[in-house]
Amino acid sequence: MLPSLTSFLGQGMQMVLVLVLAPGIAGLTRIVKARLMRRRGPPLLQPYHDLHKLIRKEAIIAESASWLFRVAPYLIFAFSWVAAALVPTFATGLMFSWTGDVIVIIALLGSARFFQTLAGMDVGTAFGGIGSSREVMIATLAEPAMLLVVLNLALAAGSSRLPAIADHFVAQPLAIRISLALALMSLVIVALAENARIPVDNPATHLELTMVHEAMVLEYSGRHLAMIEAASQLKLVMYISLIVCLFLPFGIATVNDGFLAWIAGFAIFAGKLSLTAILLGVWEVSIAKMRVFRVSEFLSVAFIFAFLAIMLSFLTQEVLR
Amino acid sequence: MNSAYDVSHFLAGLMLVASFALLYQDRILAVLRTFAVQAIILALAVAWEAWVQDRPHLFITAGLAFGLKGFVIPMALHRMIFRLGIHREVEQVVGVGLTMLFGLGLVALSLSLTLKATTGAPSLAREGLAIALAIILLGLLMMITRRNAVTQIIGFMSIENGLILGATGARGMPLVVEISVAFSVLIALFVFAVFVFRIRERFDTVDVAALESVRGDRQ
Amino acid sequence: MIDPGASLQLMAVALALFGGCAGLAVIAPRRTFAFVYILCIAAALLALAVDLTVMLTGSVLSGRLPLGLPTIGLNVRLDALSAFFGVVVNFGILTASLYGLGLNRESELSPRVEPFFAAFAAAMNAVLLADDAYSFLFSWELMSVTSWALVLARHEDAESRRAAHLYLIMASIGTIALLFAFGGMAGPAGGYDFATIRAARLDPLLAGLVLAAVLVGTGSKAGIIPLHVWLPLAHPAAPSHVSALMSGVMTKVAVYGLVRIVFDLLGEPSLWASATILILGGASALLGVLYALMQHDLKRLLAYHTVENIGIIFIGLGLSLAFAASNYPELAALALTAALFHVFNHSLFKALLFLGSGAVLHSTGKRDLEELGGLIHRMPGTSILFLVGCVAISALPPLNGFVSEWLTFQAILQSPNLHLLPLKVLVPTIGAALALSAALAAACFVKAFGITFLGRPRTDAARQAEETNRFALTAMGILAAACLLAGLFPGLVIDALAPLNSALLGAHMPTQTSMPWLSIAPIGASQSSYNGLLIFLFIIVSAGLTAFVVRRIASHAVRRAPAWDCGFPDLSPNTQYTASSFAQPIRRVYGKTVFSAEEHVEMPPPGSMAPARFHVTLRDHIWDALYAAPAQQVLSQARRLNVLQFLTIRRYLILMFVVLVILLITVTVGT
Repeated sequence: MLPSLTSFLGQGMQMVLVLVLAPGIAGLTRIVKARLMRRRGPPLLQPYHDLHKLIRKEAIIAESASWLFRVAPYLIFAFSWVAAALVPTFATGLMFSWTGDVIVIIALLGSARFFQTLAGMDVGTAFGGIGSSREVMIATLAEPAMLLVVLNLALAAGSSRLPAIADHFVAQPLAIRISLALALMSLVIVALAENARIPVDNPATHLELTMVHEAMVLEYSGRHLAMIEAASQLKLVMYISLIVCLFLPFGIATVNDGFLAWIAGFAIFAGKLSLTAILLGVWEVSIAKMRVFRVSEFLSVAFIFAFLAIMLSFLTQEVLR
Repeated sequence: MNSAYDVSHFLAGLMLVASFALLYQDRILAVLRTFAVQAIILALAVAWEAWVQDRPHLFITAGLAFGLKGFVIPMALHRMIFRLGIHREVEQVVGVGLTMLFGLGLVALSLSLTLKATTGAPSLAREGLAIALAIILLGLLMMITRRNAVTQIIGFMSIENGLILGATGARGMPLVVEISVAFSVLIALFVFAVFVFRIRERFDTVDVAALESVRGDRQ
Repeated sequence: MIDPGASLQLMAVALALFGGCAGLAVIAPRRTFAFVYILCIAAALLALAVDLTVMLTGSVLSGRLPLGLPTIGLNVRLDALSAFFGVVVNFGILTASLYGLGLNRESELSPRVEPFFAAFAAAMNAVLLADDAYSFLFSWELMSVTSWALVLARHEDAESRRAAHLYLIMASIGTIALLFAFGGMAGPAGGYDFATIRAARLDPLLAGLVLAAVLVGTGSKAGIIPLHVWLPLAHPAAPSHVSALMSGVMTKVAVYGLVRIVFDLLGEPSLWASATILILGGASALLGVLYALMQHDLKRLLAYHTVENIGIIFIGLGLSLAFAASNYPELAALALTAALFHVFNHSLFKALLFLGSGAVLHSTGKRDLEELGGLIHRMPGTSILFLVGCVAISALPPLNGFVSEWLTFQAILQSPNLHLLPLKVLVPTIGAALALSAALAAACFVKAFGITFLGRPRTDAARQAEETNRFALTAMGILAAACLLAGLFPGLVIDALAPLNSALLGAHMPTQTSMPWLSIAPIGASQSSYNGLLIFLFIIVSAGLTAFVVRRIASHAVRRAPAWDCGFPDLSPNTQYTASSFAQPIRRVYGKTVFSAEEHVEMPPPGSMAPARFHVTLRDHIWDALYAAPAQQVLSQARRLNVLQFLTIRRYLILMFVVLVILLITVTVGT
């Protein structure tokens, strides 16, 4: 398995690509929401300016914070970046894409969340505790649904490796499949929960008692906050590219297709990302945030859909044997 | 073959999802709307079966389901609710999450049972029967885990939806039987409605727990 | 390394060392009991070396000594399965003894208690070597009795006494069940040695009853729901290094018993057996971690977690049986490897966590999470090592916990190959339960680490804690390093398990060391694969790159200031989150169904200066239904029968006469 230069180059490009696109996607969602609410909204590149501003600022650290508080942002960013880099975006077959097992990717995001919640508890304030405890509750509800979706897709494709699943679905003729539709809806609900989007959490709130994700990072400032913001934007891009890679894989190039195919793949990928960001903006404007303990019912819907998807696919398998 | 199976499987699956949606709702008006949606999906599924199996009288069944259950019955119940001023929240006996978990177990049970009992039958029929049994069981679950009489009526109706789905899949039900079943359900609805009026007059509530205190055999 | 042929003799030497230091400590307590731990370390190292050799070469050694029962003698056997569990056991003993060396001779070591430690170590090794029912049960009972004595170490404490009492009862129930199981397997001919049992075939009904008895016997020692009730009382009551052994190692000896009997002695696996074990495993995994989340005593939390991990091991074992029964030996090997890898991993990180909690207890004198906090500043070494343990047990890459979890999921992914539809639906359900328990475990350890080590100190004891001694730190460091290595190089462990799989199931996983870049692939490189080393390097490189770039372009300024806390900073450390408040969202979602959790708030009337009180009640339904209720019944029946104590002489004579007549009638009717 000697890596060819092209696959190495492609992997590097993908890592840089997701990093560069992530704040732009967040900005696109924000501007769509603003326009739909009849405001002008911030410029599209505002998140880049925000990150730049934060990086240049002094970091203020609480007196009761420990070394974990300072190390955690780097770890969170690293875990999120590695996870985002493993999901095929414009081409499959890149150098390390064979390590892109879906379960590994989910677990890497779990590690990022682990350190995020610990950092929330580090300073010893009540708000950090609120954020951390709610975040782990949402995680416990979202993980089983996510795993069932992965199981469903892996059972269909015969492997839990992302490129294998993507290739399997690209090769399928276009057909209506309810188990895939249910799996898609389940994955969308889980993605909304994990990325702290409405209706699970409001990323733009300033009321501390309604916060989940924002409450954990309340004490962060300066370059640490910049890394954490970038990490959450990366996570959003990762989830969108996961959904797109699994359910809408048309247009993905393979590593040997040549540079032109890569450019085309990149353009298609950027298009899919933008479309999803716009849809996310429209969704967030149309629906209200749920209160925290209603979220468990919402996420149980994801679980039900994923489980039904598995049972319906078993039914089809048995009946068409 | 494949596209026929795919579409009917898709529509049957949507009906199953609608049954779960019925279990999830906690407001009566939403329950009525979901029931109407389930009836419309049933009409589509029966119409598809009519086309694929080349039995035109099933189109009548589809029309009946669409008209009666998709519009007439939900609108009648809607008016009844507003006329009586019925409390519009549905109280649940067990929490939503636990109810849906039971529902999943029931679906697994009906799938295993039907697949085991129908080996050798044509695939469309097997799949239709499996999902139909699941819908029937879910309708029953809805009737036993809700405290409100209106939702029990809806649960009963959704059981009938499941029966129709199963019957069309299995190529069994002649038109006469179909029409008589539909009329008997309509009559049952009238009887239910009359009872609900009476209960409401008597007890000022349609919570069926209130009926417990006047059972004749209580000491 | 060591000549396999000499292994049995060397094991005998190791056992003699263990037993010897126990004996020495009894005979000449004042002078020699402090050397108990040093001798234990030496013996454990020797046994470890022997076990590694036997496991890697896959040899089988057996022997028979003319001791014990006259008809069977004392049969011993060292094969790959015993050797693997021997590695797990002896590594645990090694680290626990190392920790013990650091205990304060005056206040913590006691000549009455420490000899039992060595005897406990010897008994665990003896169970692994036993090759006939008598020596197995004898060593099993010895293991129970010595650990009971260790649980009773602080006998002044009423809680310890109660824990020891319950432990003794559950251990006795377990041994009786195993006695029945062995009796069933040996049959009326009485062939109690394992070689005879292996060759015999049981009819399905008897095999089912034997399996149930084995599940009760080994399951009670391992801690499967609903037989787990003694674990959360007994494990915390013992001294910390003994808890590490009981939780991390003794439960694995129980798993060894199950694997030996079900996979080796009973022979033909059935689908019903596998479904039962799967369901028990799933229930234990889920309920164990939910119980753990509700605890605020650090050691009880860890003990309930052991229940969860044993559940995960049972899930792997159940899957393995299911695949074996459906005739897929490679998949069965995959599931068995996943289960045994988890056995190894759990012994590592559970011992690490218990030793860490022992260090905290030693430094602060407190076990209750609500009285700790901010220890990361006072005990930096312990906190880093405890963090490694928490990350490992939460199954997060790149440490070892994730590898065994991933392998279990890969085995679950192969479930479409099973033929029975109910089983095909059961396995993804168990998979979802496994994912849920993994997420809950992560939540639990965020709580445990966050409340204990992070935040601000809640009591003076936490404010004045000192770092623990270097022996404890070394022991924890060895375990943490092992966790990291097992996570980075899992292929080595999987290959080491291959001879075992071949012996038990007739097939093994493909050789991992030939995989590219040292990754592991359960079925073949074309399907799923995982590379721990690569992921680890990726993370290090990404973090390093980020740090480098941030250093170059970001401002370096850092200022310490009071916490922001949204502009309402509170000086009192009591306003930070407590353990039960951290668990509150999860308690609200899951607690109502599982524990009938209820929250009561008492608000004082307006104008009164009395504090408001908040109070949570939880009910342990398993204890109420399966233990308290039958015990109540037995007691009330016994009270009724008390009347028989006070009969007159004539009544006693009537009683005897009636029983005699009934006996004669039975004999007449029977013949």
